[in-house]
Amino acid sequence: MTATTASALAAGLGPDGLSLKASLARAERRSRLVSFALVAPLLLFIVASFCIPLGFMLYRAIDNPEVAETLPATVAAMKGWTQGGVPDEPVFAALAADLIAAQKARTTGLVGKRVNYEIPGARSKFLKVGRELERAPAGGPWKPVFEKSDPQWTDPVFWSALKRIGQPMTAFYLLSAVDLRLDQTGALTRQVPDQAIFLDVLFRTLWISLLVTVSTLVLGYPIAHLLASLPPRHANLLMLLVLLPFTTSILVRTTAWVVLLQTNGVLNDVMVWLGLLDERIQLIYNRFGTVLAMTHIQLPFTVLPIYSVMKGISPAHMRAARSLGAGPVYAFTRVYMPQTLPGVGAGCLLTFILSLGYYITPALVGGPLDQMISYFVALYTNRELNWGQASALGAVLLAVTMVFYAIFNRLVGIDKVKLG
Amino acid sequence: MNRTDPFVEFSGVQKTYDGETLVVKNLNLEIARGEFLTLLGPSGSGKTTSLMMLAGFEAPTHGTITLDGRPLNRVPPEKRDIGMVFQNYALFPHMTVAENVAFPLRVRDVAGPAIFERVKRALDMVHLTSFTARRPGQLSGGQQQRVALARALVFEPKLVLMDEPLGALDKQLREHMQMEIRHIHERLGVTVVYVTHDQSEALTMSDRVAVFNEGAIQQVAPPDEIYERPSNSFVAQFIGENNRMTGTVEQREGGQCRVRLDDGTAILATAVEQATVGARSTLSIRPERVRIDPAPGAVANLFDATVEELIFHGDHLRVRVAFGGVSDFVVKVHNSDDRPSLAVGAPVRIGWRPDDCRALDAVG
Amino acid sequence: MSKTTIRTAALALAALTLGAGSALAQDLTITSWGGAYQKSQDEAYFKPYTAKTKIKITQEEYNGEISKIRAMVESGKTTWDAIDVDAATAQQGCDEGILLPIDYSKFGGKDKFVKGSTFECAVPTIIYSTIYAYDADKIKDGPKTIADLFDTKKWPGKRALQKTPFGNLEFALMADGVPVDKVYEVLKTKEGVDRAFKKLDTVKKDVVWWEAGAQPPQLLASGEVVMATAWNGRIFGANKTDKRNFKIVWDGQLQDWDLWAIPKGVKSLDATYAFLQFASSPEQQAEQTKYISYGPALAAATPHIAPDILKDLPTAPENAKTALANDPVFWGDNGEELRKRFNTWLAQ
Repeated sequence: MTATTASALAAGLGPDGLSLKASLARAERRSRLVSFALVAPLLLFIVASFCIPLGFMLYRAIDNPEVAETLPATVAAMKGWTQGGVPDEPVFAALAADLIAAQKARTTGLVGKRVNYEIPGARSKFLKVGRELERAPAGGPWKPVFEKSDPQWTDPVFWSALKRIGQPMTAFYLLSAVDLRLDQTGALTRQVPDQAIFLDVLFRTLWISLLVTVSTLVLGYPIAHLLASLPPRHANLLMLLVLLPFTTSILVRTTAWVVLLQTNGVLNDVMVWLGLLDERIQLIYNRFGTVLAMTHIQLPFTVLPIYSVMKGISPAHMRAARSLGAGPVYAFTRVYMPQTLPGVGAGCLLTFILSLGYYITPALVGGPLDQMISYFVALYTNRELNWGQASALGAVLLAVTMVFYAIFNRLVGIDKVKLG
Repeated sequence: MNRTDPFVEFSGVQKTYDGETLVVKNLNLEIARGEFLTLLGPSGSGKTTSLMMLAGFEAPTHGTITLDGRPLNRVPPEKRDIGMVFQNYALFPHMTVAENVAFPLRVRDVAGPAIFERVKRALDMVHLTSFTARRPGQLSGGQQQRVALARALVFEPKLVLMDEPLGALDKQLREHMQMEIRHIHERLGVTVVYVTHDQSEALTMSDRVAVFNEGAIQQVAPPDEIYERPSNSFVAQFIGENNRMTGTVEQREGGQCRVRLDDGTAILATAVEQATVGARSTLSIRPERVRIDPAPGAVANLFDATVEELIFHGDHLRVRVAFGGVSDFVVKVHNSDDRPSLAVGAPVRIGWRPDDCRALDAVG
Repeated sequence: MSKTTIRTAALALAALTLGAGSALAQDLTITSWGGAYQKSQDEAYFKPYTAKTKIKITQEEYNGEISKIRAMVESGKTTWDAIDVDAATAQQGCDEGILLPIDYSKFGGKDKFVKGSTFECAVPTIIYSTIYAYDADKIKDGPKTIADLFDTKKWPGKRALQKTPFGNLEFALMADGVPVDKVYEVLKTKEGVDRAFKKLDTVKKDVVWWEAGAQPPQLLASGEVVMATAWNGRIFGANKTDKRNFKIVWDGQLQDWDLWAIPKGVKSLDATYAFLQFASSPEQQAEQTKYISYGPALAAATPHIAPDILKDLPTAPENAKTALANDPVFWGDNGEELRKRFNTWLAQ
């Protein structure tokens, strides 16, 4: 090595005078580009199939285009109007123009439906006045046409509600998803009791998920231990049994539970025949059936991470503990169990979060008291076509899941979790 | 209690897993109090199974094991008061070093301050006092092994079992740890049963070595005796290096015999029991006991050989020679300034004393 | 030039090159509810139409999810040419602008159909009814009136009801003594809804809720329930194919319609109308009653129906004495709120 290069190196410079850091960066840029190119398809896939839909869903929960886009003139005319009364002719004229245009574009129903969410019955009044406006003499005055059509149009409450619904964004769906609403004055209040359902459903969803998680753990832990300690030949057979649920569809499995558990089903038949029961008991269409069927489906998800962690625990640990004077129970609880915690954490987290999203199973084997939040997401998506409400419920579920994930992370530490 | 009673005794112990083949055949072994006994043998020879039966993790199919006069057959491992060091240390990864070492004391409900004191002492012994708060995963292999040692000793067991404890360490560290274990044993006076398949480890550390093969003990003796006077060809073969020649015992007189090799060469050797006249025998001679150009009359066996190959080993030179019908005969020459000059293809005169050559049972 | 005209022009061009004979031979894709009902449509409409015109009909099935129609229309690729929808979907789809308005002049005017069944964006095809039924093999002298459905003293045991406020609220009011013609009037008031829910409270703990149309006959057959509300065709079907002896109680039956709707963006309005005209002929509608016991929406079809079939239809005079007809405007206005209240009530 010459003296120059030695001094250059000492100064952190490479042979070509560039700093060592720069040449390192240049050397690594290529390999970084290659590795990025390798993960790019996955990244694109995740963005396209997960991030974007999720973003749309969250946006749908606050998006409020119906009135703002269909009745633009009305919304503009109401800017100057202060709440607390009924607006004058100009607003009515704007509304009439908007509605006549909407009749042509066949969008009156859309507006009516949106307003109907907050003022039940408004839908048909929009449709009625829409038809009447088409027949009314052009040029107005328009207010009398509305006044004649329905008393709603001269109700100050309706007008302040309409002004609120005219905003391009709304908290209505999100508030409704947690049983809150804005009252006539715009103040935050609780949902009226006979419409307040979503908080109950949310807590029920959490509670059922917890029950399922605990039962899979109680049932699955011994199975995982057995799997991990059996010789491979027997373990493979048992593993096949554990994985068997994966080979049939959820629907088939759930239907099988119906056959087994119904009041005149196999289980009741057997118990009556054995004389264990005088009267047939309700095993299905209730919480018991729901938790049972969900536990069945979730069991492998809890068992597998625990099993793979157990598999990695050297049998020498138990022997060491025994040789050091610990009885079998002490050795198991102090030495073996703590080492399985990462697997237990992973299995339980997986099952809990998956359980939060259950839909088909509670729908088929649960009673009305066992329907979880996804049931209502599906209901609002498919049946009510109220995608704003469905999105808001989805957003709440997402938020709750993330809160639980954060709590879990704080308590257990996600880096300590092992899936295998 | 009579001090001469064996501390540990295996009598007539057998073990089979499948009901067909015996992994341990009729084991009889006595271990004295304070002794360092090594079970040495190739893998599958039954040495680890014997250790596991002593520890209580395997039950003998037949026979009894006693510890300090107490039969152990129905005593579970945790009641045997035997410390054990495992092959891969078996440290509990979720506990710190101190917690690991404290484990046997906590199980025994030792009071808190006493635990602290004894853990500190145990870690002092293995020079790890400053590592108490670390977890096993943050330690090197040698450090982990010391923790395992401290843990097995901290509750002052009368007997410590070690199952190939140094197998995972590199050579230098292994040799260092061998000395350390040896010193701890001397200091504490604890009885140690040590399992290894490394013969040099067995020779360096033990008071006595029991050589296992195919489920049976081949020889139990102090290291020097095992090395110098193997009682059969397996032991001779397994321990150290040796030259083997096969022939028939022609004549036997007291402790000596003459063996005629198949090519007609006659060799005088020390006879062991099996070497009766007319029996086939394997002759065994250590390479370092063969002399080159011995002084006339110094050795009874003297041959003219040819140098086939020279291999330089630093401290010594290995010379492969051929004579009569024997090839692959190795002579070890100490690398000193007076070593004879040798060249490949050159004739050389070699010889050895009958005392250094043993006529053992025939192999194969 | 709009997209539609471009498409029409392209079609015309295609027709020219293919020759006049195949100009009308546009294949149709028709979507219905599957099961025995779609089978009856296949026998009465799809097969005869193909036989007559050589136009191939591809059948699809759905579960009445309006979301599917909306998604299809919004994607700009409307593949379904005609859809069998229920009244609620007909109303909602019209409001959403995803179903096209019906030109009733092509069917000879609205008067040809049973009164009150015509919708702006859907032409009625059958009248079905939500009734309740019991197993006559298990109960000899069975319940007779809608009030019996709620009488747990006289008729103890579980009853299966559909998990929706639609029907249950009406039944509750009728059982509570509200005359048939006043039911929706009462339901329009808050007190009326409260009254209906109060009546439902009396049977709540005895109810097994069903969601799929196939469930009520199963629940009756297994003995899980003593009586079940159901769609009348399902009960008729169970009697016919499974040799059951279920008896329908027609008192207080709730009549509703299934209708043909045309989704926005349909390939050829003319081809679809041609099929709908065929499906709205008295002969074909009468033909369908041979396969399923739903009443024809076309008044003129009734004379073509044999008396032994007619007696099982919801529209038969002796069955329809106390029949209530669905009020789609009421449900359009109040459905969402009532369904939410119903679910809240269920969860209490």
